[in-house]
Amino acid sequence: MNKRVKVLRQRSLDAEPTIAIERALIVTDTYKKFNGKVSIPMMRALTFKALMENKEICINDGELIVGERGPKPKATPTYPELCCHTLEDFEIIDKREKTYFRVSKEDYERHRDVVIPYWEGKSIRDLLLSNMTQEWLDCYYSGLFTEFMEQRAPGHTVADDKMYKKGMLEFIKDIDEQLKALDYNNDIDVFDRQEELKAMRICAEAIITYAKRHADKALQLAEEESDAKRKAELLKIAEVCSHIPGNAPRTFWEALQTYWFVHLGVITELNTWDSFCPGRLDQHLYPFYKKEIEAGTLTEEQAVELLELFWVKFNNQPAPPKVGVTLAESGTYTDFANINNGGLKIDGSDGVNDVTYLILNVIDEMRLLQPSSNIQLSKKNPDKFLKHAARIIAKGWGQPSIFNADAVIEELVRQGKSIEDARCGGTSGCVEAGAFGKEAYILTGYFNLVKVLEITLNNGTDPRTGKQLGIKTGDPREFKGYEGLLEAFKKQVHHFIEIKIRGNNIIETLYAKYMPSPFLSILVDDCIKKGKDYNAGGARYNSNYIQGVGIGTLTDSFAAIKLQVFEKKSMTMEEMLEALKNNFEGNERARQLCLNKTPRYGNDDDYADDIMKELFDIYYNEVNGRKTVKGGSYRIDMLPTTCHVYFGSVTGATPDGRKAGLPQSEGISPVQGSDTKGPTGVIKSAAKMDHLKTGGTLLNLKFTPGLVQNEEGIDKLSHLVRSYFKLDGHHIQFNVVNADTLRKAQKNPEQYKDLIVRVAGYSDYFCDLNEALQNEIIARTEHKEF
Amino acid sequence: MSGILFNIQKYSIHDGPGIRTTVFLKGCPLSCTWCHNPESQSFQKELMQFNNRCISCGECIKVCRTGALKCNEGHIDRNAELCTMCGLCAEICCTNALEVAGREVSAMELMKELEKDIIFYDSSKGGITVSGGEPLSQGKFTLELLQRCKQMELHTAVDTCGLGNSLMLEEISKYTDLFLFDIKLVDAERHRKHTGVSNEIILQNLRLLSSLGKRIWIRVPIIPGINDDEENIAATARLILSTSGVEQVNLLPYHNAAMEKYRRLNKKYELNDIKIPQKGDMDRISEMYRSHGINVLIGG
Repeated sequence: MNKRVKVLRQRSLDAEPTIAIERALIVTDTYKKFNGKVSIPMMRALTFKALMENKEICINDGELIVGERGPKPKATPTYPELCCHTLEDFEIIDKREKTYFRVSKEDYERHRDVVIPYWEGKSIRDLLLSNMTQEWLDCYYSGLFTEFMEQRAPGHTVADDKMYKKGMLEFIKDIDEQLKALDYNNDIDVFDRQEELKAMRICAEAIITYAKRHADKALQLAEEESDAKRKAELLKIAEVCSHIPGNAPRTFWEALQTYWFVHLGVITELNTWDSFCPGRLDQHLYPFYKKEIEAGTLTEEQAVELLELFWVKFNNQPAPPKVGVTLAESGTYTDFANINNGGLKIDGSDGVNDVTYLILNVIDEMRLLQPSSNIQLSKKNPDKFLKHAARIIAKGWGQPSIFNADAVIEELVRQGKSIEDARCGGTSGCVEAGAFGKEAYILTGYFNLVKVLEITLNNGTDPRTGKQLGIKTGDPREFKGYEGLLEAFKKQVHHFIEIKIRGNNIIETLYAKYMPSPFLSILVDDCIKKGKDYNAGGARYNSNYIQGVGIGTLTDSFAAIKLQVFEKKSMTMEEMLEALKNNFEGNERARQLCLNKTPRYGNDDDYADDIMKELFDIYYNEVNGRKTVKGGSYRIDMLPTTCHVYFGSVTGATPDGRKAGLPQSEGISPVQGSDTKGPTGVIKSAAKMDHLKTGGTLLNLKFTPGLVQNEEGIDKLSHLVRSYFKLDGHHIQFNVVNADTLRKAQKNPEQYKDLIVRVAGYSDYFCDLNEALQNEIIARTEHKEF
Repeated sequence: MSGILFNIQKYSIHDGPGIRTTVFLKGCPLSCTWCHNPESQSFQKELMQFNNRCISCGECIKVCRTGALKCNEGHIDRNAELCTMCGLCAEICCTNALEVAGREVSAMELMKELEKDIIFYDSSKGGITVSGGEPLSQGKFTLELLQRCKQMELHTAVDTCGLGNSLMLEEISKYTDLFLFDIKLVDAERHRKHTGVSNEIILQNLRLLSSLGKRIWIRVPIIPGINDDEENIAATARLILSTSGVEQVNLLPYHNAAMEKYRRLNKKYELNDIKIPQKGDMDRISEMYRSHGINVLIGG
């Protein structure tokens, strides 16, 4: 990386996360002026407009791609209309050790004096929680499931290529055409449509204004600049920002800047989950790159520099401060923009191009927390592509992860997408498959499968809270064999999914009615065409997910009961229940039998793996295909972010030998330390799950550096991946770091500040993880060299 | 036909090309002092004790029919003379603090396990490696196993110390794509001193495989003070140069990771004083081979 990039990268690393009250003040001011006088979509559009017209413009020294969400790097806004933090929240956010944001005295006071008085009791979070039933609240606070939209807006979507082909002025034309075509005689929703389209139009104009303000600022800086080279750069920035995003980009630079303004627009409009993401960046940039390289107006070095500066911009935007359960399920600064590389083109041919390799090199050089990156590996992609990525993976900082492009496409087609829309899709967030630019694929919350078993073993009662959360499925001592247990579990899963979905239906409606996102709606087909907001079902495809957590722990627990209680009868159900109740104290032998004398998932042993399949099917059949209020469908994902740690903390001892409070298994990975047959065993077990029925699964393998130290190791790792994908595996990622290093980092965090590890679908600084998660990562089986 | 083995290693990436599964048969006619798999030497089942795992639940003592076990300050003491190796104690042991090294398995049964990873062999042009112990010592079993592998069109490798019946070796070679052939010492007397046997038959068998046109990778463990002298290296190089079919030589640096295994088996480890070869040592030795025009690699 060149000197400029080095400096800006370092500044990004050194920047301290702070709260910036600016956004909250503008939003509050706008609501005070207009709320109640205009329709809700218009209210949101006027808010967006006020933000774009009034927020401070920041152009950092030396940068070429411009724009920050806050007034400076890592200055992070709050979204009081979604979640109005209490003063206590602010104190915790400021003081907590991990994922802190410093709060200045001035901002604290303005929050206290201006923001809280207006928003207290009025945020979506307040509205949402006050509309949930007692049973929902009991389940939520007992850790049965989490709720994604409780303090962040839906989002969970990714840009396609339309912004590179059309400027905002053309989108405005499209909007005007729809406005003209409105049917005021027959369409009962015509007013809603009109307001939504008008709102989109205001937002499209506002983002142009926002870019123009950057152009003005650049011109002003250019005037003050004494260095001729920098002066020229600032003038160029002004030129770029005057042209886009009103018009379609003409150059590589303009393309990147276009995306960046759009990105800032989306994440400023609302606090969307997974922020926003350029998706298939190599596909989008390639036409610009090719044209300019051929014309001689861009060199490879310049392209790399621009990409690297673009990377820095992502890293400057930490995920806005979370609190409570949402912090527990997603305790990270990462905001999950996940750049896709490779995959297929719309016609089904190999999508790897020159920019793909440039991006891989950028990933390798930058080693930043954000953006996250992955490769979409198709059977049609060359091995060179996979190996290039594998060599970066071998360096051990957790990126890129590897997705099976062919499986992702098959998953999307199974869900009803056209083959073209599927091929232009990919994965985002952690591992979620989506049709980019055309789908709202909303993760609604994690589901604690292991807790459901715990409740089943207590006849519907949660032993931690003493509350009767489940239904009475009978005393386990009376269960008629293993089948009886399975039947009871199935009933409980049904019961809790019903509660979760009843809540979801209300929450979805609240967002559709009260928190539209007209700017985001411009970018997602077919919101303009339908005159319908993204949050109200405007997207071409609408999917809701409930993400299952703990399948490894769950499988091993069922295996232990099946074998030890029902088949070998080495202990009675009574003894098992007693051992669980006492956290195995006084009966270590029972725990050891479960741990060591029971087949475990992750070893290609059908005894355990067949149980996994059965449990997966119970969950899948319960959720998949249910209808959402937006007219979409429910699907399942098997991923945890950091929720396996939180869910573990609220779940007592489990029959697999896990002690109370410890993390559950992560993604579809086996229980930490239980996979003793090496990586092929893990892959075979994991592949027995029917990945194509999901919208994403997450498999994490930990490798010691010795396994991938030379080209032969890289080659074999590549074959391992290809084999998993032949078996329709969805995703695999590798942590190439040894446990000793991690332990050292835990003891001397200051010496390992830069140590990035793969957590669960994303990477994070090891030293930023809480201790439980650190221990869990250390415990994940380290596949040693043989 | 049944054999006795002590381990099946999947994702084995240092015992031949591609991703392989290596079957380790139990029992070896050599008794190399540096052996890093001491549980591979005896043809009998052996009890391994992992004292750190023991939680003193005492169940093993209860099931032992000959009174061979007794509790001694947090771990189990075993009287080898009374023990019949029935394995009941290991079966009941909930922490696997007692494990039996060695299990009997039929070739047919073993194939089921090996076939599980076919998708990886196919993708990587890998396959099955039969190692040991010494595969030739269980010749009939090895033969049947290799024949079954060939029926499944799997790539096969045999990792051998070279000591065994020549007729059997010739038969086995028909079903073996690659031999990993160990050469420890060229001088017969020194060989006898450190491995317990002469290398006469070993060298004969190497020539046999060469004459049969088989593909051979020579594996040379580098044991400081035992076989890393120039004389032995030069002699090994000459041997290799005079043997057609040798495609590469792998130098395997001695390591002492097996010391713990000796403890578990209650066996004496005799090489306590040997230093582990450093990278410089290995580079020097490989350079000597290379100067003879031999294709040499460090590591498996």
